[in-house]
Amino acid sequence: MTEYIIKGIQHAFYLIFTANPDVIEITLRSIKVSGMAILLTTLWGLPVGIILGISNFFGKNIIKGFFNGLLGIPTVVLGLILYLMLVPAGPLGFLGLIYTEMGISLGQAILITPIIVSFVANSIELVENDIKELAMTLGAGRIEASLAVIREAIGGVMLAMIAAFNRAVAELGIAIVIGGNIFVKDSALNTRVLTTAIQMYTTRGEIDIAIALGIILLSITFIVSIISNIIQSKLT
Amino acid sequence: MIALNRKTIIVLIILLLGIVVVSWYSQTAKQQEYRILTISTTTSLYDTGLLEEAIAPAFKEKTGIVIRFIPKGTGAAIQDAKNGLADAIIVHARNKEVKFMEEGYGVNRKVIAYNFFVVVGPKDDPAGIRGLNPVEALKKMVEAGRAGKAVWVSRDDGSGTNTKEVVLWEMAGFDYNEIKNEKWFRCTGTGMGKTLLYTNNIRAYTLSDIGTYLKYYKDGLIDLDVSVDKGEELINIYSIIVVNPKKFDKDFEGAMILVEWLVSDGQKIIGEYGVDKYGRPLFYPIVDILEKGSGTLFDWIVKYGFIDDNGVMTECPKKYRYKADTVFFE
Repeated sequence: MTEYIIKGIQHAFYLIFTANPDVIEITLRSIKVSGMAILLTTLWGLPVGIILGISNFFGKNIIKGFFNGLLGIPTVVLGLILYLMLVPAGPLGFLGLIYTEMGISLGQAILITPIIVSFVANSIELVENDIKELAMTLGAGRIEASLAVIREAIGGVMLAMIAAFNRAVAELGIAIVIGGNIFVKDSALNTRVLTTAIQMYTTRGEIDIAIALGIILLSITFIVSIISNIIQSKLT
Repeated sequence: MIALNRKTIIVLIILLLGIVVVSWYSQTAKQQEYRILTISTTTSLYDTGLLEEAIAPAFKEKTGIVIRFIPKGTGAAIQDAKNGLADAIIVHARNKEVKFMEEGYGVNRKVIAYNFFVVVGPKDDPAGIRGLNPVEALKKMVEAGRAGKAVWVSRDDGSGTNTKEVVLWEMAGFDYNEIKNEKWFRCTGTGMGKTLLYTNNIRAYTLSDIGTYLKYYKDGLIDLDVSVDKGEELINIYSIIVVNPKKFDKDFEGAMILVEWLVSDGQKIIGEYGVDKYGRPLFYPIVDILEKGSGTLFDWIVKYGFIDDNGVMTECPKKYRYKADTVFFE
């Protein structure tokens, strides 16, 4: 009964240790695409998070609430919205991003924006009062004091990015709708990533390669979490 | 601790921006470097591996054009093309294809391959439909279902296979939209492969294209038997339709090169795919039969795969032809 599982796992390890080129390609693409998503989010998520954390203005809590609410946005819904926007007939069709790696990165970047914003804003708020006062009493100006706060919060920012990476690399909805799981051998335009590949190989019944990719994806998220834990313990 | 003053922040931001811009640029550069065709297609073709393992590499070798196949059901594939995503579609549902062309989205339809649908079910055949013709089998299926002896599984996803199923139920005298609400009738709403796995799990019957069924059977994923495979109603005809260049600015010329290739060199690749693995082809080339112009199979293809153009049966009515040097079979 369970023979096919054992066989599948055996073959999965064989595929991993013999560095099967398809497996390697898909894995590297996953890391690349989600890494790119982190970079993109940092561009807009970090400033927004810092501003929300440092400054006080009317409606700040509403905005924070908005981003907190988006933390759990279903990836397929986001995928659907992006699909409607990015298809050539849609308002953002001119970008030519549908069925590209960059399209997936953009989608994942939007997905993890709330994570970055909320984490960053919170970690800044945690240290804000003490540090700001201290800095001010030591004779720092407003901007210098704010910079001191950001410096203290940098650990939190890194944690935010790590958590965001794990969410991005493990999501399926956006990658399948925007990426399309395209794979043609030796083509530079493939969009198959770990999650879409696992999904496809499972339904196709090619269990061994699905298991291999599953093991890899688990390892990636696991290792990233461990790194996050190490950073956290170093900080406290 | 990292020194964090205004200068470093600015440098960091510029660095980030730089990385993003460069990657973005290399992405679009890649797109320009290759000539790419985007083809929306059906899961039944894709799941067998014919498209990405045989057709795409061979076509690239011959023409240098890269094909991206987006596997969806026929209904979704057509929707993709209507959104301007595809250069052409490869599908198998004649009435939907006609509608697609009527609405002005598609031109130059060519039939490229055929095989047969099969009704598959448990080895012990609780509904007792083995060997019957499709219409009789479905009638018996309803009896057995209502008596609680058997279960039917439908894809219910607007795919070509599902469209065929709706027609078959109609021929058997049932309204699909009514019958699908009955207790013995289950809808999966998903692709052929998943539906076969589900059907296998609950020991039920379903309609499948022979290609996907054979692949799953030979790979040992399912042990369903073919219950019904005789009858012209079961013929399954695949065709390619090019997106109308007046509707979207797509690579019309490239798509036409693919069409030409599929009905010439591509025919051999279609006919040979799967023979080494499954002992028989999963799809049959269609052009030879059309060129011969007679025989039972020819009659079936005309009956189930051609379109009525003012009394003339043709693979593509004249008003839907556009700048094509291709010969259309009539």
